[in-house]
Amino acid sequence: MTAATLFGMCAAVLIGVGLYGLIVNPHPLRKILAFNVVGSGVFLLFGAIARRGAAAGMGGDPVPQALLITGIVVAFSATALAVALLLRLFEESGSVTLSSDAPARSGNDTGAD
Amino acid sequence: MIEVLNLGLAALILGLAVWTVFAREAPAAAVGFIVYGLLLTLVWLQLQGIDVALTEAAIGGGLTGVLLISAAVRLRRTEAAARAERPSTATRWLAAALSAAVTGALALCVIALPEPAPTLAPEVLANIAVTEVGNPITAVLLAFRAMDTLLEAIVLVFALIGVWSLAPDRVWGGRPGPLQPADPNGMLAYVARVLPPIGIVAGTYIFWIGADHPGGKFQGATILAAMWLLVMMAGLADAPPISRSWVRWLLVAGPLAFIAIGIVGAVTAGAFLAYPQGFAKPLILAIEFALMPTLTLVLGLMLLGAPQRSEPP
Repeated sequence: MTAATLFGMCAAVLIGVGLYGLIVNPHPLRKILAFNVVGSGVFLLFGAIARRGAAAGMGGDPVPQALLITGIVVAFSATALAVALLLRLFEESGSVTLSSDAPARSGNDTGAD
Repeated sequence: MIEVLNLGLAALILGLAVWTVFAREAPAAAVGFIVYGLLLTLVWLQLQGIDVALTEAAIGGGLTGVLLISAAVRLRRTEAAARAERPSTATRWLAAALSAAVTGALALCVIALPEPAPTLAPEVLANIAVTEVGNPITAVLLAFRAMDTLLEAIVLVFALIGVWSLAPDRVWGGRPGPLQPADPNGMLAYVARVLPPIGIVAGTYIFWIGADHPGGKFQGATILAAMWLLVMMAGLADAPPISRSWVRWLLVAGPLAFIAIGIVGAVTAGAFLAYPQGFAKPLILAIEFALMPTLTLVLGLMLLGAPQRSEPP
């Protein structure tokens, strides 16, 4: 198995793990963290594809690699904006729940909606 | 041998991702995410993406990690309430099935990738001489796909405006971040005096060699922003009020210079962001020099967040 295939597989699992956390974790900050795991998985998959495009004496296809740099920077700015929104919500309401009903809920309630 | 190393690296990364998602406390998850980002840097090296590795180490692991840890510590009180909202077993099974299906589909795609792999490397190699830069990544970022980089710089400024706009009215125009208690003889203040000279040289070097070797403005600007943040965290300097006109001008200077050079290209070379023959390298350097202070300021201020302390006019 080449490094590109191995890390491509790794990226597929990372996206799955992150997606699960994004759906299941009720805390918004944990959702942001999980979303970053999904994002890094997508980047890694793209990076594996870039590595397969090695040619002309370059270790990888430089076009996807350059787009990855752009992607990482934009992902950071989106994360910063999400965290700022969350902190403002906490400042205003004292809680960060995303649930539409009253904040106090019993433990066996569903969050499926 | 390298196979075994790669397998170990992949296993560690998967373990840390699982930790980031399942850890009980958010700060612990954020620490896991930082280590995860640093290990990803090694993966990028294995995938021959040194420029991506530098960006991942500086931004993906470093800045994002600091941002998430400080938010996790501030939101600590809210975790118990969130735990009570845990979704039902059925939801969790559905989410697990969906995630497994996505992973499975992506894994099939990885196996089914076309052979030989499509690549633009030969075309980059054929045209890089025109740009006169030696690093193909820089040639892509600032010549072949300069529009992406321009829009990225604008996105960064917009994101910062978005963060600022979350300030309550009474502190609008004030200083971002909490007031840091200064301890002039403390360890942090010592580090904040010793490290920045080295960091500034390293950041400027990574910025400067970006034209011909791995490196560039994003990685360099992140290191400079980190040094600035260190000085502010140690209480040796305060964050500028966001209403200062030099802050505002510096924020837009980079993108404006980029757009101006693009318009010059439209007049002299026939297309927006095209460079006239023989002027590619100087214009690329001009854009990088103009973007560098803007990026440093944006990245640093983005980490500090919305204004929190009002400033007497």
